[in-house]
Amino acid sequence: MRRILVGIKRVIDYNVRVRVRPDGSGVVTDGVKMSINPFDEIALEEALRIKERGDADEVVAIGLGPDDTQQQLRTALAMGADRAILVRTDLAVEPPVVARVMLKLVQTESPVMVILGKQAIDDDCNQVGQMLAAIWNRPQATCASKIVIEGGKARVTREVDAGLETIEVDLPAVLTADLRLNEPRYVKLPDIMKAKKKPLDITDLATIGVEATQRLKILKYEPPQQRQKGIIVKDAAELVAALRQKGLV
Amino acid sequence: MNCILIVAEHAGGKLNAAVANCVSCAASVPDAEITIAVFAADGAAVAQAAASIMGVARVLLVDHPANEPALAAVLAPQVARLAEGHSHVFGPSTTFGKDLMPRVAALLDAAQVSDVMCVESAQRFRRPVYAGNAIVTVEAAAGEQVVATVRVASYQPAAQGGSAKIESVKLELAPPTHTRFVSVSAARSDRPDLQTASRVVSGGRALGSAENFALIQGLADRIGAAIGASRAAVDAGYAPNELQVGQTGKIIAPELYIAIGISGAIQHLTGIKDARTIVAINKDAEAPIFEVADYGLVGDLFALIPEIEKNL
Repeated sequence: MRRILVGIKRVIDYNVRVRVRPDGSGVVTDGVKMSINPFDEIALEEALRIKERGDADEVVAIGLGPDDTQQQLRTALAMGADRAILVRTDLAVEPPVVARVMLKLVQTESPVMVILGKQAIDDDCNQVGQMLAAIWNRPQATCASKIVIEGGKARVTREVDAGLETIEVDLPAVLTADLRLNEPRYVKLPDIMKAKKKPLDITDLATIGVEATQRLKILKYEPPQQRQKGIIVKDAAELVAALRQKGLV
Repeated sequence: MNCILIVAEHAGGKLNAAVANCVSCAASVPDAEITIAVFAADGAAVAQAAASIMGVARVLLVDHPANEPALAAVLAPQVARLAEGHSHVFGPSTTFGKDLMPRVAALLDAAQVSDVMCVESAQRFRRPVYAGNAIVTVEAAAGEQVVATVRVASYQPAAQGGSAKIESVKLELAPPTHTRFVSVSAARSDRPDLQTASRVVSGGRALGSAENFALIQGLADRIGAAIGASRAAVDAGYAPNELQVGQTGKIIAPELYIAIGISGAIQHLTGIKDARTIVAINKDAEAPIFEVADYGLVGDLFALIPEIEKNL
């Protein structure tokens, strides 16, 4: 069985304007729409396409988070994942812990690939894929914008500062998805119905034997410094004059 | 004493300018002694450039044919080896550093602080989350080794004129062969580098096509600016990915940023909010970009760009 594991994180929806709580203890989550981390959705879409091309047999969606993460895993199943596993925790787990959880599942599921989003849009860490690859002692190909599977290898085009870099990695490997890897499919109503019957196993950190070590204490959240709103100039001449006065042109 | 190891990014025999910003960040850690590690095939010139950054105490040069082009899986075990005895290991928050440093952190069994924008103490840092909509202050336990990527736009480059000593180091590590470099396709350009340019002109979806996107090149050339693009423009194929400015592209801090036909999604604003002066040109007076712009000009960009050039 050629299996792909995909990480699914429950985050505040991409379109929500995030606000810091007045007491600095976090951000406002009451009544806020939650969704699959957009990069994870892209990762899942890629896993499904790899399976549809015949380069994999099964796609397993992995969630780590509170009980409500089941909602995002059901969406993943509706998109086409074959089954899902929720590792339940109410703690805010740090990337090294997530990587250790993924490693445990790698050991029981023996995947040919793990595809994760390159980062989560809540903590913006961009760490888990690389950390998993390190402790699994396997290759990593982060920020993927194209993945070609061939003969036990993946040829991955990566979005890097210089442009596009292509590397080849032996499988199994950890790949992380960048924005332009694909455009995730829309979920259709019949698929949502079908997803209700797909297996979603629930376990927890203690059962799989990972401790939620906290290495970085979060002391406070603050809103960012706001830029002062400037002025509207009436035409190009006024703009250039203003920039010239500041010595900018 | 806080011993800080900075991993040098370089390509084509040139030290990446972001390394000098990392040195500034490291120098803001109290009682810091700064070491730069250069992993290269033949890194003498890069090591020399690193040694000339003010504030650097020494440069460790690890030459090995497998070290170029840089691959995280090859470099991480070497960085982890050199990290022994260092309280902090820093890298730039570029695609190089973002790829490499978490792999290093995992090998060291350390936590990583991503995108450090402010050092409050040797163990306490500020970093952006939620695409810059919130700033968190995090603290590592006393005595814990800290791995971090430095948000380059938050720091000025450290001055030149240093003369650190350079030591060659041999690491008896067999590089992994499971990861192989194939190619990199980078557009060569005579324009200033987007990441470090003092002026940047960026185009958005409103330009409408790759041909029209070329319009902003004329303006950029007139003022010696680098060219950037919004995610929408890159997604639409008007501009290559390496020009993307914003949360998932480059985070920049130029003296002058001119946003043309960019509405100003929060992810884009995150990439430019450290710019000294922001100019926005957009036909929609309600576009969010005007909320952060120092100078706004409402109108048709196809008419306004030539007018601006005429006035220059």
